[in-house]
Amino acid sequence: MLELRVARKVGRIDLRVDFSVGRETVLIAGPNGAGKTSLLRLLLGVVEPESGRIALDGRLLFDAEARVDVPVEQRRLGYLPQDYALFPHLDVLQNVTFGLLALGRTERVRRATGWLERLGAAQLSRRSPGELSGGERQRVALARALAREPQALLLDEPFASLDAVARRDLRAALRGWLAEWQLPALIVSHDAADAVLGDRIFVLEAGRVIQRGTIDELRRAPASDFVAELFAATEPRAP
Amino acid sequence: MRVRGASLWSLAQLFTSALLVAFLLLPIVGLVATLSWEELIGGLRNPLLIPALRLSLITTASSLSIVVILGTLLAWRIARVPGRISRWMEAIAQVPAVIPPAVAGVGLLLAFGRRGLFGAWLSAHGLGLSFTTPAVVMAEAFVSAPFFVQAAIASFRRVDENLLVVASTLGASPFRVFLRVAVPLSAPGLIGGAAMSWARSLGEFGATLLFAGNLTGRTQTLPLAVYTAMESDLRGAQALSLVMVAVAFAVLLLLRRFAPGAPAAAMQVDRA
Repeated sequence: MLELRVARKVGRIDLRVDFSVGRETVLIAGPNGAGKTSLLRLLLGVVEPESGRIALDGRLLFDAEARVDVPVEQRRLGYLPQDYALFPHLDVLQNVTFGLLALGRTERVRRATGWLERLGAAQLSRRSPGELSGGERQRVALARALAREPQALLLDEPFASLDAVARRDLRAALRGWLAEWQLPALIVSHDAADAVLGDRIFVLEAGRVIQRGTIDELRRAPASDFVAELFAATEPRAP
Repeated sequence: MRVRGASLWSLAQLFTSALLVAFLLLPIVGLVATLSWEELIGGLRNPLLIPALRLSLITTASSLSIVVILGTLLAWRIARVPGRISRWMEAIAQVPAVIPPAVAGVGLLLAFGRRGLFGAWLSAHGLGLSFTTPAVVMAEAFVSAPFFVQAAIASFRRVDENLLVVASTLGASPFRVFLRVAVPLSAPGLIGGAAMSWARSLGEFGATLLFAGNLTGRTQTLPLAVYTAMESDLRGAQALSLVMVAVAFAVLLLLRRFAPGAPAAAMQVDRA
């Protein structure tokens, strides 16, 4: 369970959010400039909230009053930025083992290879990130994040840099994986088609969550023009 | 009319470009072309050469090590921690590049010389610096540091922040993020900056002369040996100069061979 209640002014946005995410996938939808990426940065610990509290499975990550601010490297959050940020100077296997320093060498490679296999990317292990397609990069980046067994997963616009076909394939694959992993997952997106990934959708506008619910609930009673437009084009979710 | 205008423009451009390139090239040609083999060999027998070459290599290697180690850490801080302190540090680190070397020499003398700010304290602890080999290293480090620091800041700023954030989320400590992600990704710029900085310290003359003096074997580096030889033996000075040119060219070639992107990266200082 990821619990979050934070406030922080980031540029012109006054970000104030309060929510919790269980073992489910939550899609954070919102127009550009709503504060979606800032929200992820607060969670990651890159930016410090001015006030509030963040806890993950009962472990305090941030508490302004108690002066707790766990550094990024100890938060155990898996993070995929928009461009996946694979280390260009390391090959695929080295990218995945990067986060496994605590393990012995053999175990490190075994674990990394295992995750690459699970994500259908084992054949890429000796390739350089520059040689991979967008979809392959995403698989490798997911393997890298998950190999560390994070307690929650944060994905920033996971399909923005993919072409339409890769986007459709990977969206379906990711939906299956997320159901399998049972991790609290936050996916930031401004693409309505990504709504199928979320068990719930939180709509973020101008720094506030203005609506939360399932895709059908949002479609039935959209709280803003943005929500109405976002879901006008999507099909009702299959039961 | 437009065509003629354009061709006039390109002719003028060609002419002025050729003029500048010729001006930059001719002194090198002069150094090489006006010396016969016998004169070169005679000049290389100049007793100043070997001690000066040895001293130059030792002192520039020392100053480069200091500049690279401390400069990398400084540049990383400046690039990663925004704020007034970083801006001040960056500005101060650029100062030696714009003040004349002779002024740098006076400044070093007034700070670390026998009667300087810290001179008395240093002397009392047996660390009298002026007119010693360490003074040469200090003068070289002082004048060459800005070249490395600027290149390092620029290359660190070009590292994608997402890579650093992701490395942290993968459990890497700030030191490991620096060492395993930032430094390898900035390597071409760091190597290029180191080469520029080394070339500057190899050529360092004014600050060394004023702060460290011109003592054969102790503080007389190659440029000072050239200056000393000029007084009695122009051909000797010429031979010494050619040795410096050869050393500098060798380094440039090695750099192109082993770090192809580096010279270009060092030139991108102002882009960041």
